[in-house]
Amino acid sequence: MNYFEVFQLPRRLVIDGDELQRRFYALARRTHPDFHQAAPPAERAAVEERAALVNAAYRTLRDPIARADYLVRLEEGRATREGAAARPKAPPALLAEMFEIQEALAEAKAAPLDHAARATLVEQRDRLLDRCAGEERRLRGPLAERWDAASEAERPAALSALKEALAARAYLRTVITDLAEALGEEESGVAHHRH
Amino acid sequence: MSRIIGIDLGTTNSLVAYVDEASGLPRVIPDAEGRRLLPSIVAFTPDGLIVGEGARRQLARRSADTVYSVKRLMGRDYEDIKGELPYLPFQVVPAEGTVKLRVGGREITPPEVSAAVLKALKERAERHFGEPVDKAVITVPAYFNDAQRQATRDAGRIAGLDVVRIVNEPTAASLAYGLQRLEAGVIAVYDLGGGTFDVSILRVKDGVFEVLATNGDTHLGGDDFDRVLLLWLLEDIQSRHHAELARDCVELARDPELMQELRLAAEAAKIRLSAEERTTLTLPLPGFTYRRDLTRTEIERLLEPLVGRTLGPCRRALADAGLSAADIEQVVLVGGSTRVPLVRRRVQELFGRPPHSQLNPDEVVALGAAVQAQILAGGITDMLLLDVTPLSLGIESLGGIVNVLIPRNTTVPTSAREMFTTSVDGQTLVDLHVVQGERELVKDCRSLGRFELRIDPMPAGMPKIEVTFLIDANGILQVQAQEQRTGKAAAIEVKPTYGLSETDIERMIEESFTYAEADVETRMLIEARNEADTVLTHAGRALRQGAELVTPAERASIETAVAGLRAARDSDDRDRIHEATTAVNRATEHLAEVMMDAALKGALGSKRATEILKEPE
Repeated sequence: MNYFEVFQLPRRLVIDGDELQRRFYALARRTHPDFHQAAPPAERAAVEERAALVNAAYRTLRDPIARADYLVRLEEGRATREGAAARPKAPPALLAEMFEIQEALAEAKAAPLDHAARATLVEQRDRLLDRCAGEERRLRGPLAERWDAASEAERPAALSALKEALAARAYLRTVITDLAEALGEEESGVAHHRH
Repeated sequence: MSRIIGIDLGTTNSLVAYVDEASGLPRVIPDAEGRRLLPSIVAFTPDGLIVGEGARRQLARRSADTVYSVKRLMGRDYEDIKGELPYLPFQVVPAEGTVKLRVGGREITPPEVSAAVLKALKERAERHFGEPVDKAVITVPAYFNDAQRQATRDAGRIAGLDVVRIVNEPTAASLAYGLQRLEAGVIAVYDLGGGTFDVSILRVKDGVFEVLATNGDTHLGGDDFDRVLLLWLLEDIQSRHHAELARDCVELARDPELMQELRLAAEAAKIRLSAEERTTLTLPLPGFTYRRDLTRTEIERLLEPLVGRTLGPCRRALADAGLSAADIEQVVLVGGSTRVPLVRRRVQELFGRPPHSQLNPDEVVALGAAVQAQILAGGITDMLLLDVTPLSLGIESLGGIVNVLIPRNTTVPTSAREMFTTSVDGQTLVDLHVVQGERELVKDCRSLGRFELRIDPMPAGMPKIEVTFLIDANGILQVQAQEQRTGKAAAIEVKPTYGLSETDIERMIEESFTYAEADVETRMLIEARNEADTVLTHAGRALRQGAELVTPAERASIETAVAGLRAARDSDDRDRIHEATTAVNRATEHLAEVMMDAALKGALGSKRATEILKEPE
């Protein structure tokens, strides 16, 4: 059973958060182990597994970015496990700019940061944060709507647009984390747990 | 479903509660004398175990054999707690997967000590209901890791309890509030107890209590407040009285009984200063009396860094919940240490709204445990608690890096699947190292255990072993493995890094029955003897220090009473011991008054006292 099926939802990306929460609470009331205390031991494992599936489904679908990421993997038939992706590659459109940043990063690693170098890194980081937020806005808005409205024939294109935006975002996040590390910052602002 | 009780197994105090069928409200079960809190203190005396108030009274006198704050040692190994040892009057030694306490001539593990406390609560409940009770919900700090939770569950088993659920303390508190419709919306529970700190952010809606994030520090609480005050007190005594100390060759820190008395005095002063702006510390010490005024401002300066340490976890919990302080609609305070005004101020500053504690912060966790117990028993059906795992769970991968399988703050139960294979032909063993923590490197995380998967020999890369890691609703890990080609469940051998083995636990359950302190009558006799010992110690000291303050006749009457109590002490007649104890108390009453007067006069007359009064606040 995939996560959309858990909530009896179609494979669409625009989901009403309140409605999803309502369904989650209703499902949790049915599946939570608290209400199956009298089940025989053999059934207990199945009870836990079912509750775990509902929880995982909610965790993924309530977050628009994780939801898009899950949909892409589901459509491509590799939705078995969350996360653990290899280090994302730079999207072609960002290559030139990234080259510049990588250079600055290498310099930062080689020698202690002076005031000017630090200012450059901060400025680059802030620009990437903006850009990352932009990709997220696209994923939540136009790209999600495009997928939902796509006909059978339009789907592959809509899917690869999602995929590209997700890859760009993932790449931006790793570079932002690298920049934050070089700046000696503990939390990068994107290291947000819930995306 | 049979009756299930709710237990708050605290660092300082423990309680047991149940939901009253008639009113539907949770209630704390008091002991026969009407006391609601059971001090989490266990004394190992030649006559047997004493738990609670009786053990607390002899903390100073039998410090090496009286165990307190054992919760801080649960699920930990020697390395974790080494730093704490200089402050503990009882002896702690390393042991495989745990530590052992050397008390009362035997070695005992922290879960066994906790089991003694649980057993006392179990008996309390059984007396209240007039029938056996064998199922319980026990609370733990939300930030407890797997080993600490397992140790708590083990303690329950040793006490003869089926622990049907381990519940997080802040979430339990929210259930107690929620049941009484006191809270809805997004709430933060700030729980600062005797030894641990938790913060949980919850959304309460339609009877569902959904924890969004939790964070904390399992080694931060009132005990640390007391310790900071104790160190300050030692220094202050030394700087004001170095002449007397040198003359009498007293080394304060070397005397465990004295240290214990200073610790208790520091704790008492802290408690008084939560209600008052200033207090006076008066301590009779060998050869002199220490007396000093202490203001709230002064102790706040000492406590500030500790209170500050709670704010980081609050911010991290907010960030993990994806919220800012302004999104929090209510802030609830739990735990005795939240009575400290400085704590309330800092919490208010952080969240930008006054926190509240309508329900008694000492009792609310036990009440919540009772609510959860009632949910599990099927007595409450409209409430549901959805809790999270506080720490990320991962496995060791190449280069000692942690590969996170279940991130922190994931709603439990939760599971993760991972495929493993072999790297050598004919390999029959695959070794998994499971860790918990937020750091990237295995060595910086908490090792939970090694799992050895045994499979049939096959060429390298051929086996496909699917391992399922499930964190159940207790926050405790279960691991299962299956070889995909054969569909056979792979045999797993678990080598927990911490904790007790199954055989250990069975032996302890066995032993705990043989140790079972006879009957109530015997225990009361032991308590009476201990009370007698305490009174004898005090009377002896008073006679030594204040003999010249009273007439020879009075001295003689005290000595007679003391001799009477000495003779009665070892008899089996509890009433006789009580009477003799009362006689000594009466005989020394006047002497105690005179000594206190003398101490006051001496202190006020001295130059030092004048300096105290002039000291700027």
